[in-house]
Amino acid sequence: MLTYILRRLGLAALITILAVTLLFLIIHMIPGDPVSTMLGPKASPELRAALEARMGLDKPLPVQIGLFFANMLRGDLGMDVFTNRPVTTIVLGQIPYTLVLILSSILWSAVLGIALGCYSAVNRNSLGDRLAGVLSVSVIAVPAFVVSLYSLLIFAVKLQWFPAIGAGEPGAWGDQFHHLILPSLAIGLSWVGYIARLVRASMLEVMGEGHVRTARAFGLPERWITYRYALRLAILPTVTVIGVGMGFLLSAAVFTEIVFSRPGLGKLVIDSITTRNYPVVMGSVLFSTLIFVASTTLADIINAILDPRIRAGK
Amino acid sequence: MAVLDIRDLSVSYSTPRGSLRALRNVSMTVPEGKIVGIVGESGCGKSTLISSIIRLMAPNAQVGSGEVRFKGTDLLARSEAEMRALRGTEISMVFQDPMQTHNPVLTVGQQMVDIQYRDKKPKAEKLKRAAEMLALVGIPDPEARLNQYPFEFSGGMRQRIAIAMALMARPALLIADEPTTALDATLEVQIIKRLKELQDEIGCGVLFISHHLGVIAELCDEVVVMYAGEVVESGTVRDVFHNPAHPYTAALLDCDPGHIKVKTRVLPTIPGNIPDLVNLPKGCIFADRCDKRHKACDTRPALWTARAGHRAACHLIAEKETA
Repeated sequence: MLTYILRRLGLAALITILAVTLLFLIIHMIPGDPVSTMLGPKASPELRAALEARMGLDKPLPVQIGLFFANMLRGDLGMDVFTNRPVTTIVLGQIPYTLVLILSSILWSAVLGIALGCYSAVNRNSLGDRLAGVLSVSVIAVPAFVVSLYSLLIFAVKLQWFPAIGAGEPGAWGDQFHHLILPSLAIGLSWVGYIARLVRASMLEVMGEGHVRTARAFGLPERWITYRYALRLAILPTVTVIGVGMGFLLSAAVFTEIVFSRPGLGKLVIDSITTRNYPVVMGSVLFSTLIFVASTTLADIINAILDPRIRAGK
Repeated sequence: MAVLDIRDLSVSYSTPRGSLRALRNVSMTVPEGKIVGIVGESGCGKSTLISSIIRLMAPNAQVGSGEVRFKGTDLLARSEAEMRALRGTEISMVFQDPMQTHNPVLTVGQQMVDIQYRDKKPKAEKLKRAAEMLALVGIPDPEARLNQYPFEFSGGMRQRIAIAMALMARPALLIADEPTTALDATLEVQIIKRLKELQDEIGCGVLFISHHLGVIAELCDEVVVMYAGEVVESGTVRDVFHNPAHPYTAALLDCDPGHIKVKTRVLPTIPGNIPDLVNLPKGCIFADRCDKRHKACDTRPALWTARAGHRAACHLIAEKETA
């Protein structure tokens, strides 16, 4: 198990390095440069050269990438072009909002989706199963920003059950939770349908396998067979999908944070891209990458805990 | 008294083409402590027969008529809960494919403890019992192997584990569905021998399904030959294998590579296919493929007695008697 985890972490590190290099190159190719953004069009060539030297932009590209990695390891992601605060501090200040939003969304939608999927698989082709199927497909089809807008309109403006904007007073847990509900609903809703469909399909597959027949032939209680014998196997693809789905969740969070004017990584990325605040863009995208790599790695490790065959590398 | 007594059992599947009559008026018995073999090619109704005995049938299956009497009571009349109480205690099963039989993510020990869930014993005792059973079926170092997962065992080992699990509760009836088909020949012999020894010790009745005639001859006391959902011949292994009364049995024996003494390029086959079970032929079910077909075969033959305890569904028997 330990070797598996170490191997998986090594792979994660490699993926991070590749992804960050790629990101660096992509941002380098975007037209417009940070120096003119900072100094304005009327800056003298001497001033420009001085700033370029200070930011390391006069060095060749490979050296720039190398320096970036070296600074990254020291936790230094450069300075915000406008406020001159460290990027690391800015991004770390925003990340908790996004993480709480994503994790709460995936948590409630996974619990509900798995329950619905199991119900559908056990009561296959019943009225409830068909209803769950239709509902699942409909919510999958609705994008998060549409749910955001309508839930904002209905629950915040018309009914006034929930606050419309912001993330709540810092430190006031109840208030923050209250602010979390609508955005979390918006991001999680389509995942309920997606996970329910996925769990239903893999449950039906597992329930038709030989070992389930054996368990039945030994008279094990049906509930036991469903949840201890079948679900444990049927959950594996769902764990992987959720791990990879972190990417989609992050991009859904971007829209949702904008609609609800919620602080977070998404809002930070959009704001810094529109103002060409390159160090902040780079920093926030870097952290999104880290979240994504961490979540896929975690999904793999959870799968290895659940399935001994993965641990053994079979 | 027979431990299992199937009387006049008919089972059909509803399909888009109509009712597929998989079993028609099947009668057979497994006497206490005896091993009865069922032989037949694919699609002859072997699997349907087994699943109707333990009542784990496909959702589209319907029992048309008949009784499955286990120790004198009809299983088909039991409630699902009563049926479940029998499974794994009084009636056990060993399945065909050992690679699919066990749950891949639970240890062998856990699965062997789980099936003892009815006993109110501490887990340590259940594990001890499981280790004893593994030792009985010839798995070395059983205590350590209980902590391993199914994928860490070979196919032969897994089938031994399946047998250990099936016999753990000392059932009155063991149903073995082609337990050695997926194994190679040397393993097959070992497992058959061990099964026979354990059966002797426990004294259970065994219903042994196989299409390997050599294994049936080696292991069984009696044999039932099935064809296209009907019993065409039944009797002791000696009678049926040495004096087959039904042309199908005779043809089947001729096709067994173990019986062929002369070197040949082409192995014998039975020409033709099994009849369509949705649109059954009027007369004898085997008539289309039979080399002894004659006029009488246009009507359905009854199960005639060829000699005491040896019966076959062929007109030739009756004709021989009257001639």
